[in-house]
Amino acid sequence: MATTSMEQAVAVNRKADEIRQDLLRSVFFTSKRYYILVFVLIAFGIPGLVAYAYQMWNGMGVAGITRPVFWGFYITNFVFWIGISHAGTLISAILRLVNATWRRAVTRCAEAITVFALAIGAQYPIIHLGRSWLFFWLVPYPSQRGIWPNFRSPLLWDFFAISTYLTGSLTFLLLPILPDWAMVRDRARGLRKRIYSVLSLGWRGTPREWHRLEMAMRIMAVVIIPVAVSVHTIVSWDFAMAPVPMWHSTVFGPYFVAGAIFSGIAALIIAMALIRKFLHLEEYLKPIHFDNLGKLLLVFSLLWIYFIFSERLTVWYGNQTSEMAAFWSIQRGRFAGLFWTMVFCNFVIPFPILAVKKLRTITGTVIAASTIVIGMWLERFLIVVPPLAHKYMPYDWGSYRPTWAEITITAGTLMGMILLYVLFAKFVPMVSIWELKGGSHAAPVAEPSEAAAAPAPASFDGTVPSAND
Amino acid sequence: MNAIYGLFPDTDSARRAMSFLRRESSRLGIRSDSILLMSAEPLQEEAFGWKEQHSPMPWLAVLGALLGGTAGYALASFTQRTYPLPTGGMPIVAMWPTGIIMYELTMLGAIVTTIATFLIAARLPNYKRRLYDPEVTNGKILVGVSDADPDCRAELQRRFHQEGAEEVKEYSSS
Repeated sequence: MATTSMEQAVAVNRKADEIRQDLLRSVFFTSKRYYILVFVLIAFGIPGLVAYAYQMWNGMGVAGITRPVFWGFYITNFVFWIGISHAGTLISAILRLVNATWRRAVTRCAEAITVFALAIGAQYPIIHLGRSWLFFWLVPYPSQRGIWPNFRSPLLWDFFAISTYLTGSLTFLLLPILPDWAMVRDRARGLRKRIYSVLSLGWRGTPREWHRLEMAMRIMAVVIIPVAVSVHTIVSWDFAMAPVPMWHSTVFGPYFVAGAIFSGIAALIIAMALIRKFLHLEEYLKPIHFDNLGKLLLVFSLLWIYFIFSERLTVWYGNQTSEMAAFWSIQRGRFAGLFWTMVFCNFVIPFPILAVKKLRTITGTVIAASTIVIGMWLERFLIVVPPLAHKYMPYDWGSYRPTWAEITITAGTLMGMILLYVLFAKFVPMVSIWELKGGSHAAPVAEPSEAAAAPAPASFDGTVPSAND
Repeated sequence: MNAIYGLFPDTDSARRAMSFLRRESSRLGIRSDSILLMSAEPLQEEAFGWKEQHSPMPWLAVLGALLGGTAGYALASFTQRTYPLPTGGMPIVAMWPTGIIMYELTMLGAIVTTIATFLIAARLPNYKRRLYDPEVTNGKILVGVSDADPDCRAELQRRFHQEGAEEVKEYSSS
């Protein structure tokens, strides 16, 4: 009996060693391929910076936005990236609260997407300003400039919502990294050791630290879900609060939130597949993870088509002249090509792939997710541009065509997002090691004879011992 | 500070060592707060003879949320009253939009309080030299006693080995 127990312990420890080695490999070992990838991303990202500098130097005239379409690619990208950010923290928090054990391998990939997508998305209102160096005017504080923020403007609500979500998401990402950074610290040498010593905050793994960490994560999981929902609702109100045809809709809040989670899960699946492939994490990011996320994606694909139908039916039934102009331009006018491509990308293609179990493989879910990401970008574009191009009086109708500057900046920020993610994967194990190990073996069981013999449990306030401090 | 500790390969052996320390604490003159435990992953606290004490962290988060919401109202109302900006026939301090600011700052208050409470309660960051063994992140469980009576050290060492410790070490901060 004792031998069996010892053998089990050895097997568990060997498994734990393998997990540590596999997941820490990317932090300690840097391949040539990694450097090439970083170089390529920087090389493709630089034109975006050049285009941005060119726009700042020459003014917003270099962008295609002009009367009456004052919101184009930049606001589309803003909404798109904020939507993508819903992949991580929201999904991770929900799975954590319901104690879904399969989440352990997925959460960090997801939470990192949230933070970086938010960081990228939040750049776009600043890029859109034109005079980006005055971005701090967005910050709502009473100043001596005599310019006071209007708290009734949804754009100001964005500032609060995104700041709160970014703070929460960053916390949600960083707190559970502490034990993993301590693990890196204990294996590193030289400068790297010093860096990780600072980052891990002196983590030692005492019961007090674990207890407080788990409690903080539970609270954060509860808080972050309503924040995530509010963020995209408020982004939707940027549109819905304006009396613009096809914007002034009560369904925009939930419609945006559903779309955000939809695109977020799709982005997460793509990121996970790439991480799995390039970091050789096949043992940890398993087909079951893709299968489960594929099912979620299927649900949201159905939800998305429901919202699209519901929103359009109401507009069509209302038959208001101003709304119908925008409506028909999307359904069968000059934006129809984009609209039907969107429907194909978000529903027609992914639905059968995700609905049929045999097709819901890793490849299948990645194909479906890729079309969904494209489709959701098109959706954001179709929300932003056609209504502005068909506002009320026909003499005021216009068109929009993106310029090279907008396209280059868009591509540049995409490269920036991927670069941030790739760099993150270099500094942090992409799968939470302690959480994964926590789920890899059975919980200890108290032995009755000893428990009976032992004195009453000492009070545990998470403190251990002064000596631990 | 001086300490003696064992590095245990699994939770069962670590738990046995903990049980021994608790059982014999009065005989060996070990205070309960001088027992050390460190691990690379959270352990079932009760199985180690500890029970989780009520923590005020959730209540502090609620308090932070209330303070955040109040701050949100104060910021929005003060700013709007200081510079009245009539917009769309709405009141100067309109409750609907102010409610949104309050909501976001309520949540921000809860988040910031949780972070602060976590750091204070877990006593982080702490960069002082303290007892620690890097083997902990290799999966070993550290069980030990700080400032143990010198007469008991030999017994502790023997007992840690007996319960399955792979290594028994002594630590001195001096």
